[in-house]
Amino acid sequence: MRRVVITGAGTINALGADVPETLAAMREGRCGIGPLEMRDVDRLAVRIGAQVRDYDETAHFNRQQIALYDRFTQFALLAAGQATRESGIVFTDELSMRAGVVMGTSAGGLRTQDENYRAVYEEGKNRVHPFVVPKLMNNAAASHVSMQLNLRGPSFTVATACASSNHAMGLAFQMIRHGMADVMLTGGSESMLCFGGVKAWEGLRVMSKDACRPFSATRNGMVQGEGAGMFVFEDRDRALARGAPILAEVAGFAMTSDASDIVMPNKQGAARAIAGALQDAGIDRDRVGYINAHGTGTAANDKTECAAVADVFGHHANDLMISSTKSMHGHLIGGTGAVELLACIMALRDGIVAPTIGYEEHDPECALDVVPNVAREARVEVALSNAFAFGGLNAVLALRAA
Amino acid sequence: MAEHVRDKVIHILAEQAVLEPGDVSLDQTLEDLGIDSLGLVESIFAIEEEFDISIPFNANAPSESEFDISSIAAIVGAVEGLIAAQRS
Repeated sequence: MRRVVITGAGTINALGADVPETLAAMREGRCGIGPLEMRDVDRLAVRIGAQVRDYDETAHFNRQQIALYDRFTQFALLAAGQATRESGIVFTDELSMRAGVVMGTSAGGLRTQDENYRAVYEEGKNRVHPFVVPKLMNNAAASHVSMQLNLRGPSFTVATACASSNHAMGLAFQMIRHGMADVMLTGGSESMLCFGGVKAWEGLRVMSKDACRPFSATRNGMVQGEGAGMFVFEDRDRALARGAPILAEVAGFAMTSDASDIVMPNKQGAARAIAGALQDAGIDRDRVGYINAHGTGTAANDKTECAAVADVFGHHANDLMISSTKSMHGHLIGGTGAVELLACIMALRDGIVAPTIGYEEHDPECALDVVPNVAREARVEVALSNAFAFGGLNAVLALRAA
Repeated sequence: MAEHVRDKVIHILAEQAVLEPGDVSLDQTLEDLGIDSLGLVESIFAIEEEFDISIPFNANAPSESEFDISSIAAIVGAVEGLIAAQRS
């Protein structure tokens, strides 16, 4: 089996318009969550979110592109462009046939749906723009990335709610590992912060109205975010041969299904995914120094996740660090694992562990080292990234320092 | 009305082709302007919005549609006909 490394990263999210800005914000424990700015916000009960602010689509795309690109596609293209530039890779000739893109998204072009439903239902319009379908489809972002970068190999989109981008990256990893492709663009993108997107989440009564405080006894729910994270995954020998920058190694991946409840998390399903990723990587549990938690800030997730980590790691659970960066960039739903992988890379490459901000009060059901409020310097050899989706679909990645 | 319709149709097609309206002449075709099938359906949408008309056009069989797109003049004439039909 081949080894797989990350040779480029890109992002746009509430913390920054690229990777350096985002990592700086994570180091400083900066919060990207604020009052939502959108039409009809006064009709929402939840009025906070981690929006990408001061974003001008015309600075990046021309009129025809904008007519075709939903916001989630735009975010994906910007992040993919950054990742490719950092990697220094150009997809020509044979390489383009051996390269593809696997992306995660949960809602795809939800904003396009929202705007056009409003036009036909609320405003009574009888026609919509001809590009509504190609703009809203879940695979639009992956397809435009493939066109922009000339990726002609295996390409598709996975939708597993909050685990979408971890599933996507796990599949991209396996494809390179097993020789189906040599290089893969992978990650996720989401832009659900529109009136209908927030309204739907509001209905579930799991959203906080003031802040995201994972693992804190005072936590009262999740906060939505938006944005994208994209990476270049590459066969390690190939990357070494061309002298590419190596940000980290993707060492293992596992996915499990709870088969129990459509919204409530399950400790066994989560624990099996964590243990499975380590087994897949052939890594001893005691070597894990950092876990980027799913850490949504809901009562149910955080205590279940801590119990699963305690089960898997035993005594070592007290020695490792586990933080939720959702406290800063919000929950990007289908794109969240991709932005969170950046925190794992920062821990492995830079020796800086991103904090869980908003932490106020110890919760005996979350009695782990959650790196409260302030980032920490530490030498980390192995990091995990957890994602546990609604529907009980779990996906965990194991990364090793390059 | 005629000049008004012609100018507006030319303006829409020119914008789609990223040209100045002055560079579009009535004897040209959509191909001359570099407007492809996706650009055509977008132009038809824009014309429908501009004049509040419904254009009978199926992208699967453009030549069989009642809406004549063989030249810019044909499109202008077809739009005028639809506007007149709608008012009668």
